Formats: sequence, C-alpha cells, structure tokens
Amino acid sequence: MSDATLILTAIAIPLVGALVIALNGKNQNRRDALMVASAVLVFLTVLSLLPSVLAGNRPEVLLFFIMPGLPISFAIEPLGMLFGLVASGLWVVTSIYGIGYMRGAQEKHQTRFFACFSIAIFAALGVAFAENMFTLFIFYEVLSLSTYPLVAHKGNEEAKRGARIYLGLLLGTSIGFLLPAMLVTWFMAGTLDFMPGGILQDNVSRSIGAVLLILYMYGIGKAALMPFHRWLPSAMVAPTPVSALLHAVAVVKAGVFTVLKVSIYIFGLDYLQSLWSADLIMWIAAFTLLAASVVAIQKNNLKARLAYSTVSQLSYIVLGAMLASQLAIMGGSLNIVMHAFGKITLFFCAGAIYVAAHKSNISEMDGLGRKMPLTFFAFLLGALSVIGAPPLGGFWSKWNLMLGAVQAHHAIMIAVLLISTLLNMAYLLPPVIRAFLLSPPKDDGHHSDEGTSLRRFGLAEAPLFCLIPLLFTASGTVVLFFYAPAVLGLIEMIFTGGAQ
Amino acid sequence: MTLFEQFPVLMVVVPMLVAPLLAIVPSRGHLPWSIATITNAVIFFIAISLTQQVLVDGTIFYELGNWPVPFGIGLMITPFSALMLLIITGASLVALLVGYDSMPSEVGAEHQSLLYSCWLLALTGLIGIAISGDAFNIFVFMEISSLAAYVMVANGPNRRALTASFNYLVTGTTGATMYLIGVGYLYMMTGSLNLMDISERLADISDTLPVLIAGGFLVVGLALKAALFPMHAWMPNTYQFAPTPVTIFFAACSTKVALFVMMRFEFVVLLPNLGEPAYFLSSLLIPLCVAAFLVGSAVAIFERNLKRMLGYSSVAQIGYIVLAISLASSAGMTAAILHFFNHALIKAALFTAVAAMLLRYGSDNIDSLAGVGRRMPLTSFAFVIAGLSLIGVPLTAGFISKWYLIQAVLEEPGLGILLTVLILVSSLMAVVYIWKVVEVAYLKAPAGQKLDEIKREEAPALILIVLWALVIANVWFGIDPSLPLALANMEVVELLGVGQ
Repeated sequence: MSDATLILTAIAIPLVGALVIALNGKNQNRRDALMVASAVLVFLTVLSLLPSVLAGNRPEVLLFFIMPGLPISFAIEPLGMLFGLVASGLWVVTSIYGIGYMRGAQEKHQTRFFACFSIAIFAALGVAFAENMFTLFIFYEVLSLSTYPLVAHKGNEEAKRGARIYLGLLLGTSIGFLLPAMLVTWFMAGTLDFMPGGILQDNVSRSIGAVLLILYMYGIGKAALMPFHRWLPSAMVAPTPVSALLHAVAVVKAGVFTVLKVSIYIFGLDYLQSLWSADLIMWIAAFTLLAASVVAIQKNNLKARLAYSTVSQLSYIVLGAMLASQLAIMGGSLNIVMHAFGKITLFFCAGAIYVAAHKSNISEMDGLGRKMPLTFFAFLLGALSVIGAPPLGGFWSKWNLMLGAVQAHHAIMIAVLLISTLLNMAYLLPPVIRAFLLSPPKDDGHHSDEGTSLRRFGLAEAPLFCLIPLLFTASGTVVLFFYAPAVLGLIEMIFTGGAQ
Repeated sequence: MTLFEQFPVLMVVVPMLVAPLLAIVPSRGHLPWSIATITNAVIFFIAISLTQQVLVDGTIFYELGNWPVPFGIGLMITPFSALMLLIITGASLVALLVGYDSMPSEVGAEHQSLLYSCWLLALTGLIGIAISGDAFNIFVFMEISSLAAYVMVANGPNRRALTASFNYLVTGTTGATMYLIGVGYLYMMTGSLNLMDISERLADISDTLPVLIAGGFLVVGLALKAALFPMHAWMPNTYQFAPTPVTIFFAACSTKVALFVMMRFEFVVLLPNLGEPAYFLSSLLIPLCVAAFLVGSAVAIFERNLKRMLGYSSVAQIGYIVLAISLASSAGMTAAILHFFNHALIKAALFTAVAAMLLRYGSDNIDSLAGVGRRMPLTSFAFVIAGLSLIGVPLTAGFISKWYLIQAVLEEPGLGILLTVLILVSSLMAVVYIWKVVEVAYLKAPAGQKLDEIKREEAPALILIVLWALVIANVWFGIDPSLPLALANMEVVELLGVGQ
C-alpha cells in the first residue's frame, strides 16, 4: 500500500471499529475481540509508516477542499508520527486493560463506552496527522465531543457535573480563543498550513503575534494551562481506562502536541522567541507546573492526585515549547512519550486497586502492597519515571528540558524544574510507601477477594486483563530509558528537515 | 414558446391557482394535504431547474405578457433569487411532509383544507417576493403571504395562538405600511417602480431628502418584518403557538424573505446611488444586530419552552445575517447569502425534530422531554447534530456561515476584532442552550422511571426520513458548500462587479 492509503487506513480503522463495536453489542466476547483486533491493526498501520518518515519523507494525502484554500488533508511529520505511535500503541494496551476493568467493575453500557473510545482514538490520530491547523481543529473538536459521553458515563449528578465542566471548558476555550486565533491567522497569513519555520513572521506584526500566541495557548484548553485546567480533574469521574488513555495520553497529549505544532509550524521558533508573550506564557507554565504539584500533594483521592500531576506534567511541555530552543522542544516532545508511559501505568494501577480492593483514597491503602505487590511495584516504576529518575524514561525529557532552558538563556527554569521534581516525589511516593511499609488496618475483611487474580500465591491482584497491561507499560518506562536516543533521533528530524 | 421558458411565472401561477381550488375541496382525509404537497413538489422541481439554468446563464429576466419593462411587470431571477426559491419551496415541502403526521394532531379536521389553501397562498407570496423585480409587486406579494400567514398561525392548537397571530398582524402591517411609504417616496421622486429602473433614475437625485427618507422607511419597515431586534417580539410568540409544521415553514424562510428585500434595496437601489448616507444608514444597524444576537442567545438560555427557545435563537441568527448585510461589502454579502441558506437548513432540521417530539410527548416544554434520547434515539441524535450546526461546529453548514461571517467582519478596520469576539460569545451561548436540551434528553430520567426502562417509540417514518435528509444536508453543505457559495459569488459579481 502507498503511504497515502496507509494514512487514510490508519485513521479509518478506529472509525469503522466504532461501528463494528456498536453493531456487536449483544455478544460481549466477540465485540471485545474485534476491538483489540482493530487496535492492533491501527498500531501496525501507523508503525508501517515509520520507515518512510525515518527515511526523511513526509507522506501526505489531501482529502477535499471545504473552502478555497482550506483542505482537509493529512501529512506526517516526525512529531505527528511520534504522537500517532504513542496514541495507537497505548490504545492496544488500554483496550485489553479496559476489558478487564469494565468487566471487573461491572460497569454498564460497555458497548457505548468502547464505541466512543474508538471514535476518540480516530480523532486523536486525526490530530496527529493533520496537515493544517484547520484539519487539526476539526479533529480536536471531535475529540472533545466524543469523550463527553465517556466522562458522563456513570450518569449520576457528579458525573454530569464533571462532564459539563469538561465540555464547557474544552469547547469554550476552543471556540472562544482558538477559533478566533485561527481566523485571524487565516485572514492575515492567507494559509493555515503547518510550514517549517512558521507562517506568521512575514505577515503579522510582533504586537499582534504576541496576542495571537496568548489566544492559541489558552485556546488549546487540552494543554490545561492554569486557570483553564479545571476540566482535567473534573474528567476523573470517568471510568479509569478513560482517565488512563484519554486523560493521560490521547486527549491531553493532543493538547500539548497542538501547542508544539503551533509553536514550531505556525509561529516558528525564531519568531516565537521574539514575542514578549512567549515569556509570559513560559512563566504561567512554570507557575502551573509548581502550583498543580502543590495541589496534588493535598489530594487524598488517588485519581485526583494523578490528575493534578498530569496538569503539572503538561506544563513541562508548554514550557519547553515557549523556551523555543531546539533542545527544549526536543525535551518537551520527548515528554509526550515518557509521560504517557509513566502516567498510564499510574492510572492503570489506580484502576487495578479500585477493581481488586475497591479503594480509591490514598489514606486507605496502608499495607495494600502485601496483597498487590506487582501493582505497587509497577506504580513505583511509573512514579519514578514521572519524577524523572534514571534509569527510567522520564529522566531524558527532564534532562533535555534543562539543557534547553540553558540554550534559551532561561537558566532559572532549571530551578523550577528541580523544585518540581522534589514536589513530584512528595506526592507520588507516599502511596507506595504506605502500601509497602505500613501495616494494613485491622478491620479489613468486609469484602471478599472475589474477582481478583493470583490468589494461589496468597495475593489479591486485579484480574490478569488489568494486571498484564500495567506490567507491560511499567516495563516500558525502563525500556524507554535505553531507547530514548532513538526517539530523540526521530524528533530531531523536525529541525534537520525531511529532504535529505 | 416552450413550457420551459415559462418556468419563472409558473413558480407563482401554479400555487396561486391551486390555492382557491383547495378551499373548496372536502376537508376530509388526506386529500387537501396531498394536493398541496404535490403542487409544492412540482414547483420545487421547477425551482431546481431554474437554479440550474441560472448557474449556467446567470440572471433570468422574464416579462409578463411580453410587455417590456418598465411598462410591464418584470420578473427577475438572480442567483440569489434562485437560492431563495430553493429555500422557500424546499422548506415548504419539508414542512408539508412533516405535516402529514403532525398536522392532524394540532389542527381540527374541518380546517385542514382552508389551512392548506392559505399555505399555498403564503407560498405564492413568498415566491413572488423572491422573483419580482418591481417594488410595488413585492408589496403585493408581501401582503398575500402575510395575510395567509396570520390565518395559518391563528390555527395553532393553543388559544394563545390568536393573540400571537394578532401581534403578528399588527407588527406585520406596520412594517408593510412603512415599506409602502418608502416605495411611495421613491415613486414620487423617480416615477418608476421597477428596481433596476429606480436605481438608474436615482443617480441624478440621490442626495435629496425624500430619497433619504424613503431609505429610512424601507429599512425600518423591512427590519420590522424581519424581526430584527428590538422589533422581534412577535416572532418567538408566533413560532411557539403556530402549528408546528407552520413553524418549520416560517422559521426557515418567512423572515428571510424580508431580509432578502432589504438586501435588494440596499445593494441595488441605495448603496450604488446614495453612497455615504447609505453606508451611514447601514452602520446604524450594526449595534442592533449585536444586541440581537447577544440578547437573543441570552434569552434562549433561560427559555424553558423548546419552540420559543428556538424562536429566540432565530432572533440571534437574524442578527448575524443583518450584521453581514450592514457591512455593505462583497464579503459581507456572500456571508449573508450563505447564512440564509444554512440557517434555513439548520432551523428546518431543529423544528422538524421538535415536531416529532411534540407528536410523541404532547408537550414542547424542555423539562417534560426528559429521557427523549432513549425514547426517540434517532430524533434526538438528529437534534444534536442540527444543534451542533447551529453552534457552528466544523463540518456542519453552520460553521461555513460563521467562517465567512467572521472573515467579512474582520475586514472592518477597528470594529472587526470586537465584533468577532461578540459573535463567538454568542456562539458559546448557543452551546449552553443546545446542551441544556441534550442533557435533559440523554441524562435526565422522567419522574418515576429509570433511563434503562424507557421503551423506544420513534417518530413516524416519514418525519424521520425528512429529518435525516435535513441533517445529512447540514453535514453535506458543511463539507461541500459549493452550491450556495457559487450562487452567492455569482450574485456578488453581478451586483457589485467584483469577484471573490
């Protein structure tokens, strides 16, 4: 198959998958098998595009023009390739995990759930491969809309309220800020294509450009820059697989991915560095990443804590983009991958704990490590990766961000990053410490261990469908430490250009 | 002479001749409905054929009885008229098809034939306005359609329909009178009633006081007919209390016809001749338009009656259209014409969905529609898509409108950015009032029932087919807007002599 066909196939499979899932609602096993199959198929299709991108090509395909000069079209550049691989690869893992979780927790409306999930992946891939801002915007909105039913899944008042905040903030910022930014860009630059070096510097004065940057950065609400971050904690009412894949990987990464795309291909790094508002956004990002960490420390609910941790980690990437130096961009891009593996592991663990022990508050997890040692070990690995300790993948993204801060003459950001590392430790390690080192409360015997696995060994781990994926992603954080240079090589091609 | 050449006049003559026939047909069974629908279908196809002709050859001029203009009566089908014909006959056909199931439940059997007779008269009037090239004939057709419309509204099931109709009558007559006074002044000064002829003769006497007064009367009178804020009070009332099929028909095209005449005068008669005062006059409308879409959307948020809510939404949409007109630029004209078409598609779809819900629930109060997403999934989903189109989400017709509107607004130095922001604020308010319905439909259970227990009870097949045809049209023209765009561009080129 040609590259163009491959791109369209990769995007089409999840959409067809959603339909297939919806039609097979009666037969649970067949539906779930088809879902995993489509996930694997998407991943393989995306993977098969990699050699071409590595060879320096930028495969592209134009679907149709909506208005003169405004096509729906796709093109794969290194960053999009990376995001596409992460999203589709982790979808495979999450779909397996999702089967275990949804059945283990006996959630209702599983068919609707998995169908919407598929559409969300379709949208995420569309964002990854979009050739222009307009196409990206469309898929960005599809992503917001398709995840709304997932957040509101439980249907109770709390879920409805959470989902309303979720959709309100995401749609509100995108229509209120991102759309006008695009309209002005189109009006002044006459194009919305992603071009190396940006499209603004010759057409837009610095003062307008600075305002545009603020509109873009706040318009991309999925990047959760304060004060528009509330949707992310609100989204935690969703079942855990949603929090894991969408609110640690696909949705939030679509946000910061868009931030990077806009910074590199709409503004261009040189132009970006010359804008006063880039410094402003950089400081806001620095504030967000510290403030969110402080909030995270105070959260007792594990998922809420992880959510604020995600807010903080997203700001690393925004920070990297605003530093606008090559190394900082690479560090930020790398964090898309590293944080994805780390955070999805943490969420998988949180979900596993909920399914196996029905616990969601950290204060209740004392001594739980004795019953669920594998889960908590994986949690430890994920936590260390997010903290940025070697030999785990997260180390490299922080390393590059710090180098990038020096390169951009903002060495003070190193201090911010270091403080944040300390804060990360303060909120990610206590659950593990409590689980392994404290003794379990006495009156723990109310619920049976029914539905748990590995009981033979005296353990009560989550079902294997949950356990294996989380062990897989946890080991991924270790593997990525060694493969980081390869990933960095791919990212570097953004700057060295495709045509060799 | 072939029949084909007589198509322009047949558009008016056919429904006009069938109307009195209908009045004497026995008001039993589906006979009156069938005759009206078949007549409507015939002229709909004539309208399509005329549109094709216009797309190829440009404006069609037709002289009644071969009496040359300005002595005889002239018909003039410009590209915009062709689009209007499509909108009017299409909307009417849609409304009639919905009426097959919906009308008997709202209007007594003994009134059916008279109602459909009036329907065809209203149709005659609206079509006449769209193709007439003569200021006085436009008045006559306006009166035909209005008088018929008052009767149709008064037939609503609730007794308050009578007061609604009376309000409508007083406002409509006032507007028509003002229009007539304006035309009178123009006739006094030029001795002609033909629009093109007036335009030519005005060139010498353009800055005289009577001409300016004529302009004022025309614009205010037509604004009253078009329900421009603050002259809109009659409209939500009318929409709420008229029989629902009548609401579909009027919401899609009746106020637009007044706007159409306004555009005719503005671009054919006033702007080319009056110059500065005309621009001043139209800029006076801008604050009213802004108030229209802000107030209209805000009231819609708090409105609990669905038809009334959509009525206020129409107040806002008319604000958009008049704003585009009052920019008095080629881009503004394109935007206005596009929104004529798109808004008709959107509102027809929304009101059709409401008609279906009303049929099953017997109430159009939003709170009483709890769980409609379960009971009528196809109808509700159609409502959601049409709602997205109203908001202006990409890939729907509404987005194309907003895009062109904002591009036109941005051309305005100084005001542009502010107006863009206000338009987007109004769009966000549309998100709120549409989502209000979505939440009730999907997440709220009716009193004493659980969501899962609700039985499916869809709308009748005919309504569903019509509804989904409209929804597909909304998406189709959101992806490929070339038909309305081509007609709009042709009109702009013909009237203003500039290309887009």
